[in-house]
Amino acid sequence: MRFAGLALVGFVALVAAGAPWLAPNPPDRRFADSLYAPPTAVHLVRASQGFGGAGLRAPFIYQQRLVSRLERRFEEDLRRPVPLRWLTGGRLVSVPDEEGPLLLLGADAFGRDIFSRLLYGARASLALALVATLAALGVGTLIGGIAGYAGGVVDDLLSRVTEFVLVLPAMYVALALRAALPLVLPAGTVFVILAAIFALLGWPIVARGVRAIVASEREREYVTAGQALGAGPWRMLARHILPSAAGYLAVQATLLLPAFILAEATLSYVGLGFPDTVPTWGTMLQDAANVSLVGQAPWMLAPAAAIFLVVFGVNLAVQGRGRAPVQLEL
Amino acid sequence: MIRVVARRLLFAVGLVLLVSSAALLLTRLAPGDLTAELGPFAAAREVAGTRARFDLDRHPVEQWVLWLSRAARFDFGDSFLYNRPVRELVARAAMNTAVLAIVALAAATALGIPLGLISGSRRGAAAALIRAVSLVCLSVPPLLTSLLLVFVAATTRWFPAGGMTSVDALDGRWSTWLADVATHLPLPAVALALPIAATFERLQAQSIAEALRQPFVTAASARGVAPREIIIRHAWRASLAPICGVYGVAIGALLSGSFVVEFVTAWPGLGRLMYEALRARDIYLVAGCAAMGGLVLAAGMLIGDMLQAAVDPRLRHRHTG
Repeated sequence: MRFAGLALVGFVALVAAGAPWLAPNPPDRRFADSLYAPPTAVHLVRASQGFGGAGLRAPFIYQQRLVSRLERRFEEDLRRPVPLRWLTGGRLVSVPDEEGPLLLLGADAFGRDIFSRLLYGARASLALALVATLAALGVGTLIGGIAGYAGGVVDDLLSRVTEFVLVLPAMYVALALRAALPLVLPAGTVFVILAAIFALLGWPIVARGVRAIVASEREREYVTAGQALGAGPWRMLARHILPSAAGYLAVQATLLLPAFILAEATLSYVGLGFPDTVPTWGTMLQDAANVSLVGQAPWMLAPAAAIFLVVFGVNLAVQGRGRAPVQLEL
Repeated sequence: MIRVVARRLLFAVGLVLLVSSAALLLTRLAPGDLTAELGPFAAAREVAGTRARFDLDRHPVEQWVLWLSRAARFDFGDSFLYNRPVRELVARAAMNTAVLAIVALAAATALGIPLGLISGSRRGAAAALIRAVSLVCLSVPPLLTSLLLVFVAATTRWFPAGGMTSVDALDGRWSTWLADVATHLPLPAVALALPIAATFERLQAQSIAEALRQPFVTAASARGVAPREIIIRHAWRASLAPICGVYGVAIGALLSGSFVVEFVTAWPGLGRLMYEALRARDIYLVAGCAAMGGLVLAAGMLIGDMLQAAVDPRLRHRHTG
């Protein structure tokens, strides 16, 4: 079970890394005649034309035609099968421009390919979560390590701060901090800001655990031996004590990652995350916020499925270890 | 026990003070202020008047002290967005959130604890099924659940897709209003309750499994106590401490989760109000919402602690000793 979970997360990461190659269309390309177009079906069997030519063929699509712009009705042009093009133009699969578009998960309000945006969105969402997780682990390890090793007043003070931040409802703090900054910012700046906010909210959990581990390790003989041999506190911590917290940190990383993915999705969903031109899972969900439209174009909910897959994969991996589900409330 | 409660109360006061002050100063120091809501064509006199009305022409520290001294007399200032006292707005929104959160918590408890007892004390298909379902539920955060439920509601029209009341149910009678709210409540409540129920189920399953390994269980079964009796009367009680501890944390999760759910399902609660206030830089409304949030949080932790002390006598004695 644990392996299945890790495989799932690894698969999503691979897909994100290979997005430019795997995506059939550029994420920002607008197909003017495909607003809210349904997913393009990939066929293997040619629809019967009356002369009994049905049979298995290489995967192909029928070109989608806009029948009524007002009713958003689309029809497959059964007379023109378009074979999929493999490994051309630096893309795994595509169709020639004049016979397209190939929309595996349909199109959004601007006629953009949701499948391609999902793949590119995975890059932004996962990269942000990864950076924020590493930052949170770094800060948490540093503060927890200092508190646990120093003990006394320093420990008391740092532990109090840790507990205080831990108590705050993370979502509200993230919201308040993000709202306090200018609302319209370039994507790069938003990335840094969000990573910083998430790290700020995530470190206390790490710090508390690391502190406990360091505080108990500090009493062991090898630490006394190291100190007697003249090792300074930093060397002692970094080289000898912290390695024993590696397992704990790995578990924390797997818990923080989905929490941060969700946090990005939530913030972008309410309009306080990435600008809506940047494809991330959150901004894509925001496109799906209109209830009546989603009723007609349910494929807009695809990013929700993607988020679910990642969180589910992580939960599988963690549960496989037989550990309690400790979730950051986001 | 009394000393613990007193210390907790002091902590609560500090938390409320700190959180609301931080929110006030953060909003004040953020670029832009609420006069942006007046639009680009507002007269300079109007802008200046509005700034004066919300103390924005004073030094931030001076404004903070003013606000504190007024808050001590339960005057939390006015909201610019709604042009009404913050106290009134926050009280009403907090009520709405409380209804949602309490129903969700009750549902999560009623669902999670019994299922956890079953899946933690038995083997076989039923336990495996419960485990699998709760693993899936754990992976569906309120954001996704509420989006999905709203989608289902919009396509099937089985229940209202959002809001707390319908326009056509306003005949001024209590019973109509109550029935109307009751039809709107299930959607956000379920969205909020599912992941918490799953957390309860997993925790209860783990702790009952652990309790069943204790020597007193072996002793009881050796004396011939029926397995059902052992679980319900003996082991369950011993397994309750971690669950009660999680209640305090669950309040935070409810607060955070309720923001998302309120946003998606248009439930007029505290989270939505806070969001609107933050976006408009409606400074006193932000501070008021933050104060209420801090209060709820502190109360939740206090209740969680007391529950834990109530079920675990060891804890009670350690605190008094």
